[in-house]
Amino acid sequence: MHVLQNLASTSSRRGFLKAGLASGFVLAFRLPVYAVNEPDQPPDSTEGQFAPNGFIRIDHSGNIALVMPQVEMGQGVYTSFPMILAEELEADFSKVSYVHAPPNEKLYANPFFQIQVTGNSNSIRAFWKPLRVAGASARAMLVQAAAQQWQVEPASCTASKSVVTHAASGRSIGYGELVDAASSVPVPANPQLKDPKDFTLIGKPLKRLDTPIKTDGKAIYGIDAMLPNMKFATLAQCPVFGGKVAHVDDSAAKKVAGVQQVLVLDNFVAVVGDHMWAAKKGLEALVVTWDEGPNAKISSADIWADLRAASKKDGVVAKEAGDIAKGLTEGDRYEGEYEMPFLAHATMEPMNCTVHLTPGACEIWTGTQVIARVQSTAAKVANLPVEKVTVHNHLIGGGFGRRLEPDMVESAVRIAQHVDGPVKVVWTREEDIQHDVYRPVYRDVISATLKDGKIAAWKYKISGSAIMARWAPPVFQNGIDIDAVDSAVDQPYDIPNLSVEYVRAEPPAVPTGFWRGVGPNNNVFAIECFIDELARKAGKDPIDFRRGMLGKNPRLKAALDLVAEKSDWGKPLPARVGRGVSAQPSFASFIATVVEAEVDEEGDVHLRRVNSVVDTGIAVNPDTIMAQIQGGIVFGLSAALWGEVTIANGRVQQSNFNNYRILRMDEVPKIEVHVVKSGEDPGGIGEAGATTSIPALRNAIYAATGVALRRMPIDRKALAVKA
Amino acid sequence: MTTLTINGESKTFDAPDDMPLLWVLRDILGMTGTKFGCGIAQCGACTVHIDGRPVRSCLLSIGSIGNKAITTIEGIGATPAGAKVQKAWLDLEVIQCGYCQSGQIMSAAALLASNDHPDDADIDAAMSGNICRCGTYVRIREAIKSAAGEA
Repeated sequence: MHVLQNLASTSSRRGFLKAGLASGFVLAFRLPVYAVNEPDQPPDSTEGQFAPNGFIRIDHSGNIALVMPQVEMGQGVYTSFPMILAEELEADFSKVSYVHAPPNEKLYANPFFQIQVTGNSNSIRAFWKPLRVAGASARAMLVQAAAQQWQVEPASCTASKSVVTHAASGRSIGYGELVDAASSVPVPANPQLKDPKDFTLIGKPLKRLDTPIKTDGKAIYGIDAMLPNMKFATLAQCPVFGGKVAHVDDSAAKKVAGVQQVLVLDNFVAVVGDHMWAAKKGLEALVVTWDEGPNAKISSADIWADLRAASKKDGVVAKEAGDIAKGLTEGDRYEGEYEMPFLAHATMEPMNCTVHLTPGACEIWTGTQVIARVQSTAAKVANLPVEKVTVHNHLIGGGFGRRLEPDMVESAVRIAQHVDGPVKVVWTREEDIQHDVYRPVYRDVISATLKDGKIAAWKYKISGSAIMARWAPPVFQNGIDIDAVDSAVDQPYDIPNLSVEYVRAEPPAVPTGFWRGVGPNNNVFAIECFIDELARKAGKDPIDFRRGMLGKNPRLKAALDLVAEKSDWGKPLPARVGRGVSAQPSFASFIATVVEAEVDEEGDVHLRRVNSVVDTGIAVNPDTIMAQIQGGIVFGLSAALWGEVTIANGRVQQSNFNNYRILRMDEVPKIEVHVVKSGEDPGGIGEAGATTSIPALRNAIYAATGVALRRMPIDRKALAVKA
Repeated sequence: MTTLTINGESKTFDAPDDMPLLWVLRDILGMTGTKFGCGIAQCGACTVHIDGRPVRSCLLSIGSIGNKAITTIEGIGATPAGAKVQKAWLDLEVIQCGYCQSGQIMSAAALLASNDHPDDADIDAAMSGNICRCGTYVRIREAIKSAAGEA
C-alpha cells in the first residue's frame, strides 16, 4: 500500500484533514490532478507537431516522441510508459522514442505527490490512468481529423499502428499526415479507454527501448555530460557531519599538473582542474584542518543507546483495532525487538552535477529523481529566478532514493560560482559513501499473544527517523511519519487486537533519507521475522501459520501457495540448510518469497536458491517486473549479508566497495520469479524485491540453525557452530 | 605527448604518464562509455581490454601501456566475442540502470574470447570483479551461457 493510501486511512480516522492542511500530498490525494485532463491546458507544442498534451509529440513523418514525466533509473519506466501511451494511442511502437521531461510541475508532476518525483515505486500506479487518457484522447483527435477529411463518422473509423482506416470506403491515412488537422481538433473531455482484453502491447514482454545504447557505450548519464571548455572538479566535505573547514594548506595541491583552482567553501573544499585526475590528485594533496564541531565524538554505540532508550517511550498511535490491552492478557505472550542499521545507497554512478553559470542564467546537467527540486535548489544558491535555471535530466546510474536529494546540485552550483565556464563536479566513491543521506537506523518492538494457534494481539512500535518531516514537512502530521509506518498499519494478517505506534527518534548528526524499500523494508522485516518465531511457538509450519491468517488477503494467500509449490517447500534438506519465507502486501503488490540458504560451521551464509511469486495486478511489461524483482532481491540480500554503515568520532567508517560490500556474481544463486496473471490495477514493483528478500533469508537462517537473528546485517559469530 | 592505440585508432594527447587510462578516455578523449565507479579496482565499471585481457582502467597509468592495443566498450562490438555478448545482453534483456554494464560486457567478452564454453565456476571467476548494484547477475550468467551457445 502506498503512503498516500496510508495517509488516507490515518487521515480520515485521525481527523488530520480537519486541520486545514496546505499540503501538496494531501491535496494530491483528495483531488487528483492529472495535467492531461485539464481541458484548458494549452499544449506546449513545438511548431509543426501534433502535441495534444504534455506527453505526446507526433511529427509529419509519423515519428512519435513521448515525454517521460518519470525518470529512468533501471526500473524500465522508459519502456513501460511508452507502452501505455502507445497502447491507447494505437501507435506503431517501432516509431516511438522517449525524451526526458524538463522541470515543469504543471505538466509533469507525479499525480500522487503533485511534485515531479520518481520514487515510492509508484510510477505506474500514479500515471496508469493519466497516460491512458493522454493516449486515448490523442487517438480520438487523430481519428476525428481523418473522419472530417473523409466526411464520415469518427465511429466508422479505426486506428491501429499509427494509421486511421475507414474500412467501408477502404481509405487509410497515417498519423504523420494528420498532424496539422489533428492539432485543431478540440481535446476530448472523456476519451474512451480501451478494454484491457484488447491490449496489444500492455502485458507483453517487449524489449526495453533503452537497452541498445547501454550495450555499446552510447548511453549518456549525468556523469557523462561533456561541454566545450569544461573544467572538472571534485570535493571533500568535512568528514564529521556538520563540521567546517578551519584551515587549508594548498601549496602542494597547486603544484599538481592540471590543477586550476582550490576552493575553500565553508563546509567543503574543492579542487578544479583540467580533468578529474588532476582534481582528484589535487584534493589528495590538500592539507585540510577541519573545525569538527559538536558532532566529533558521536559513535554508533551512542546512536543505538539513544534509539533503544527512545523505543521504550510510548509512541503516537498510528493504528488501533480491537482491544489491545485486553488482547495482550489472553493466551501466551511473546516479545521481540528488531533492529536495522544505517545503509548507504552506493549507486554505481557516483554523485555528480555539471553546472554552467553565466550572468543571469544557470544550466544544469545531472541525473535526478526530483528535477524541479534540482531547479529550485540551483535557483536559490545562484540567487536567480527559477525560470532562469535550465535542467537537463539524464539516464540515472542507480537512484535507490539517493537522487531524491539535491545536495550534489547545491555544492556544484557553489563551486560553479567561482569557475569561469562550465564545470563538472564528480564525487569520489569515498565521498559518495561518507556523505550519503543514509537509510535510518530503526528499532521495532513487538508484543504479541498466541491463542489457539493464532495471533490474538499484536502491539507494534516503530522507532526511527521521520524522513517525511524533512523531505515533505506538510505530510508529517500529528507525530506520524506515514512512510515509517507503511506496511505496519496495513499489515496483512487477521489479528483481532492490534496497535501500531511510532516514536520519532532522529539520530544525532547523521542525515537520513529514503532507501530502496523505504518504510516497508523495515516493517516487513520485523513483522515477517516475528511471525516466523510465533509460528514456531505455535508449533506450526511457517507457511501454514501465515495462510491461516490471510482470510482478507486472497492475493497474498495465493502467492504463498504458489511459492510453496515452486520452492519445493517441505521437502527434506541437508543439515544446516533451511528455507525461509516472507509475505508482503507492500506497494500494492502481493509477493511471497522463499530463500534457501546454507550456514556453514564458521557462520558464513551461502545462498542456494530463491523463488518469488509476484501478483502486481496488470503486469505492463512482465519481463521488466521479473527483472525488478530479481534485482531487488539481490539488493536486499546485499544489505542482509553485508550492509552496515557505522559511525566513529562523528565519521562514517566505510569508504568504498572493499568495506561496504555489495553481493558479487559468485555469491548470487538462481533466482526464479513467477509473475501471476491478474486483471487488477497495476501495483508498485521497483522496491518490492529489496523488501521481500531480507526477512526470507533471515527465516531461512532460522530454519537452518534455530538462531533467531533480530538485527541486520547477519551476525556470523552468532551463527558459527560453538566449539 | 602520448600516443595510444584505442579501438584500432591512434590517439595522441597531452597528459602526465601517471594519469590512469580511465580519465584520459573520459575527460580528454570524450569516450564516456567507460565508467568511473570506485577508483580502486573494486567494482569493474572501468574495465577495458589491453591486448584482449580485461584490465581496470582506473588504476592503469597510461605510461605503462606502450603500444599495446586498447579496446573499450565503444569498440568491443567489432570483435566476435564482443558482438556475441552484446547480442546476448539484448536478447536476454540483462540491463537495468546500465551504468556497470560497459564493464560487465568487457569482462564477459574477454572471458568468451579465451573460453568458448565457460561453466559456472569460470563465470564466477571472470565476473566477480564486476559489481552490479541493480543485481542483474542472474541474467548476466544466462547471457554469457547464451552467447557461448551460439559460438
